[in-house]
Amino acid sequence: MQNMGWNKLFAVSLLSLAITGCASSGGTTDEAATTDTAMEESQTQAVPGSPDVDVVTEEQAQMAANPLLDQTVIYFGFDRSEIRPEFKDILNAHAAYLVANPQANVSLEGHCDERGTVEYNLALGERRANTVKRYLVVQGVNPSQLESVSYGEERPAMVGSDDSAWSKNRRTEISYQAR
Amino acid sequence: MMHRLLFILSLLFSVFAKAELTIEITQGIASSIPISVVPFQTASSSSDGGVIDDVISNDLERSGHFAVLAPEDMLSHPHTEDDLYFRDWRLLKQEYVVMGVINELADGQFQIRYQLFDVFNERELLTQTLRGTKQQLRDVAHRISDAIYEQLTGIRGAFSTKIAYVTTNPERTRFNLSIADSDGAKEKIILTSKYSIFSPAWAPDGKRIAYVMLEDAGSRVYVQDITTGKKQLISANKGLNSAPAFSPDGSKLAVTLSKDGNPEIYIVELSTRKWLRVTNHYGIDTEPNWMPDGKHIIFTSGRSGNPQIYRKNLETGYLERLTFEGNYNARARLAQDGRFLVLVHQAQSGGDFHIASLDLTRGLLQILSSDTYLDESPSVSPNGVMVIYAAKHNKRSILAAVSVDGDVKFLVPSKSGDVREPAWGPYPN
Repeated sequence: MQNMGWNKLFAVSLLSLAITGCASSGGTTDEAATTDTAMEESQTQAVPGSPDVDVVTEEQAQMAANPLLDQTVIYFGFDRSEIRPEFKDILNAHAAYLVANPQANVSLEGHCDERGTVEYNLALGERRANTVKRYLVVQGVNPSQLESVSYGEERPAMVGSDDSAWSKNRRTEISYQAR
Repeated sequence: MMHRLLFILSLLFSVFAKAELTIEITQGIASSIPISVVPFQTASSSSDGGVIDDVISNDLERSGHFAVLAPEDMLSHPHTEDDLYFRDWRLLKQEYVVMGVINELADGQFQIRYQLFDVFNERELLTQTLRGTKQQLRDVAHRISDAIYEQLTGIRGAFSTKIAYVTTNPERTRFNLSIADSDGAKEKIILTSKYSIFSPAWAPDGKRIAYVMLEDAGSRVYVQDITTGKKQLISANKGLNSAPAFSPDGSKLAVTLSKDGNPEIYIVELSTRKWLRVTNHYGIDTEPNWMPDGKHIIFTSGRSGNPQIYRKNLETGYLERLTFEGNYNARARLAQDGRFLVLVHQAQSGGDFHIASLDLTRGLLQILSSDTYLDESPSVSPNGVMVIYAAKHNKRSILAAVSVDGDVKFLVPSKSGDVREPAWGPYPN
């Protein structure tokens, strides 16, 4: 669902880029202002897939073009909450997007596999959400754009009691609440 | 040498269609005491007299300490001393005989008189007369089981207690917090939610229950009055609000909050809502539980790198690590006045999670549950004898029980859906 929404926005961005051509090259404040308007428009109109969301800057379009942004799940080792090196590129891409789009905000949802205790896993899920949060903040993201929540072992991504299910469930999901 | 018997007994509760849980005893003790519960005499057909002796037989059998003779294997079914021939029961190698009479009274209540006899010494050990309505007959039977158990083992019986637990449909879209008798009968749903419910914790008076509800915005701690159903929000801070545990006097609740950055243990006085912070460490601190003295808290901490159990003195602040053996020791509960810890354990080498007991005076760790899988949420009966816990069995979450000494085991499968998060209630008042 999340990815579909993202792709749609991405497609719209490319389309609008093609229509409007090279847009403004103004300062950051202008950019922020125009995107705010775009956000409001897309919210109030609420027409699915409407190509009216046409005010998109080149920088944002480039950001949106980064395929790493489609990857929104960071996985962890058992009873671990530190970020594995292979996920740093994904997090860097999200950090860059969030820095370039200060109106965007995400919910960081920490999860665990079913092994161990319910309460310890709830705490561990929060740690997994918070290490992602800290990483993004260190990359320059404003903490106010980030909200962390733990769902412990209560909302598995994959049902099952084997290594493949467990490895899919030990995760932090980056869920965009606003682009 | 203790030789362990394997019984596979399905005790039938099918008469009580509402009861969702059944009990399968998988292991009892070889030295179990032979006892006969003679079907009680009942004057009227409406009394449902069979309930009483069935419940007593099942209670005693389930404790693992007794081998109960089936009524069809008895030579006679006496109801009074005049009909009791000890020689018959010696022939059947029975050590104790229970018999009783049920009378319907003018007000519609029932009077139940029972007697417990010592076959070898040919004497009466116990007699009592109880009364109750038809709906209370199971409760009366559990009271009788408690008295017989205490007379013969020296340990207070806990058959009259209740168990709280959470049931879920396979899609995990509906969660019920339920309360049932310790044998799974008389189930009553006290809360239904689309949100996950966990960590139910009884108040010492048995009238309130605290629990965590995992809402979209995060976890919340509530306390619910069991009779009125009224629920009260205790904690909805930013971050975790979790792992409630009532103090032994019922006036305070220990909980885990992460509002100050990471999970720490706090204590809230329920009448004043005054909060006190107990732990302060960058590691995870959670799963608090009170020592019976009300002056110490045990909890799980990840401060050493993986979860281990610690104890903090609330007056002096003295902190002590209690577990050293194993890769993962969490959610400790106390048994037998704090002499034993019962906890979730994973060995140093990894592998399955099991329930273990730790003798705090001798430092001995014993794995209690070796034939179930993904064991969690241990909860100890108020007499410190049995541990009920959640486990995976045939891809379903079920409840299972094991004695603190590891000798008695039984499974409590549900007829539908998954069952998790058991919490053994206190003695009834």
